[in-house]
Amino acid sequence: MFDRDRWQEIFEAIGKNKLRTFLSGFTVALGILIFTVLLGLGNGLLNSFLNGFVDDAQNVIFINSGNTSKAYKGFQENRKIQFKNEDFDFVKDNYKGKIEFATPRVYREGQAKYKKESGLYSLRGVNQDHQYLEKTIMMKGRYLNAVDIAERTKNIVIGRLVEKDLFKNENALGKMLDMDGIAYKIVGVFQDSGGDNEERIIYIPFSTVQLLFGNNDLLDQINITYNMAMSAEQAIAFAEQIEKDLKEKFKVDPTDQSAIRTRSFAEGIKETMVILGGIYFIIFIVGIGTLISGVIGIGNIMTFSIKERTKELGIRKALGASPKSIIAMVLQESILITSVAGYVGLLLGIFVLKLIGNNLEKFFILNPKVDTGVIMVATITLILAGLFAGYIPARRAARIKPIIALRDE
Amino acid sequence: MIEIKDLHKSYQMGSNSLHVLKGIDFNVKEGELVAIMGSSGSGKSTLLNILGMLDEADSGSYFLDNVPIKGLNETKAAQYRNKFLGFVFQSFNLINYKTALENVALPLYYQRKKRKERIETAISYLGKVGLADWATHLPSELSGGQKQRVAIARALAADPKVLLADEPTGALDSTTSYEVMDIIQSINDEGKTILVVTHEPDIADMCKRIVHLKDGVIVEDKKVEQVRASQYV
Repeated sequence: MFDRDRWQEIFEAIGKNKLRTFLSGFTVALGILIFTVLLGLGNGLLNSFLNGFVDDAQNVIFINSGNTSKAYKGFQENRKIQFKNEDFDFVKDNYKGKIEFATPRVYREGQAKYKKESGLYSLRGVNQDHQYLEKTIMMKGRYLNAVDIAERTKNIVIGRLVEKDLFKNENALGKMLDMDGIAYKIVGVFQDSGGDNEERIIYIPFSTVQLLFGNNDLLDQINITYNMAMSAEQAIAFAEQIEKDLKEKFKVDPTDQSAIRTRSFAEGIKETMVILGGIYFIIFIVGIGTLISGVIGIGNIMTFSIKERTKELGIRKALGASPKSIIAMVLQESILITSVAGYVGLLLGIFVLKLIGNNLEKFFILNPKVDTGVIMVATITLILAGLFAGYIPARRAARIKPIIALRDE
Repeated sequence: MIEIKDLHKSYQMGSNSLHVLKGIDFNVKEGELVAIMGSSGSGKSTLLNILGMLDEADSGSYFLDNVPIKGLNETKAAQYRNKFLGFVFQSFNLINYKTALENVALPLYYQRKKRKERIETAISYLGKVGLADWATHLPSELSGGQKQRVAIARALAADPKVLLADEPTGALDSTTSYEVMDIIQSINDEGKTILVVTHEPDIADMCKRIVHLKDGVIVEDKKVEQVRASQYV
């Protein structure tokens, strides 16, 4: 394998039979190119599903409360369940390690006014974790932070369209906004891929809302994200566990569907993953098919090349080449061609994927890429393919009888 | 050098078999230059192929340099061919994408000689056949006589015990033929054992011994006064 002279022989044979080499290399390079691009596009599809599918973090669990629908433990039905700060702390403290981010939500509305412009906007009282739950992207300024929450500041973060509506062409950052007679300072402007409504929201520290709207500690909703290490099944079980624990805390019938509800994307994600798995599988099969046809192609060309070289191989045998050395020569040539051509195809494929980039986003293909593991597997497959494609013709070559080969004019 | 006793060979041609060699007894001593003559179908090429281990006899014994040649597997046969025999063919059989030098060096490659040594040896043998200046030329750039001289250099490069030439002048005009025979004679003068298959009497006369084959048996085996090819060159 590492015999320098044999490599020299092979390079010489390759260098002096360029057309043959090019043809066999071309088949493999094309196969790998198609394989890489297909796989990359498949990954792009996957990325697009994972990213663009939902505007919120995919691992979010919403915890809502409502009125009881069943009498339980001496309580009558139709009792209102109201979350408070202690319930948020309960959730946060109780499931440490399983939770990534957690935020309460308090919903209000506010009549916002700046100069001559005014409008009614949704106010969301949240904490600093909310940015990650909602995947809010800051255009300028900053999001609410822990200090805002602790000190109940009158800092707010407004949506892109709030700025557009009220401030027209002015920069809202740092300006004061009047809402129902109270002045708030705008510390940030955000955008959100969830649509226009999501960009007409004003975020405010939940603690500030509690202070200004009745000085209470009431919460409307608790949102958390679960640890991504959890599988979809584990996440669903986790959501159910939270629901069960809270029902117990509030003395709600475990079968009550309306008093406390958790909602997550885990179920949906699970289904999406199954569908994606199917798509991926099909792409993989097509890719493998292409690869196999490439290997058969090189096998064909090697067979043809052996036929063409019958005389040469016969001469070599007459001069003392053993069958083993003939097999090794043909195999090594085949492996070399497949590996180099395959590598070229791979590089071309990666280049094509780079060119495509995010241009196909509207076809749900986002950031198409192949990862290193796949490339490693493809490379090993290539070498094996070269071995496989070369072996049958090589054996045939070794069996050539010099006397017959030399008669072959 | 070569000892053959009662050699038989037949080929299966469909349902009937063709008996090509019908008991050949034949010895060649070291340093001989033997012409094997006969019309086509006399079995001379078959005999040469068996001598060259390119084919195997059905029965009879064959000793080459006191080594029994029998039931060799492919690898062993390749080794023996490389070690004992040099071939010269009518159609030259040079590898067309290799230069004259590379062609001559090829048997040395299969002897696992070092690259430097291969090239040095090949150059000296090319010089011996008068083609030192043509070392880097491809076979397609050489004349028929030059090709055959390269083939002779290649056959000699491995320093074989016996040189087997199958119609070496068959594809050449008479002037070129004599040039090639001149080289063969000078190699023989240095002590190399050479067997030449030919059907041309003037070529046979340039050997030291003529063996006539007819219908698979030796009908005549005589020593002759050698005609030197150099007088025609």
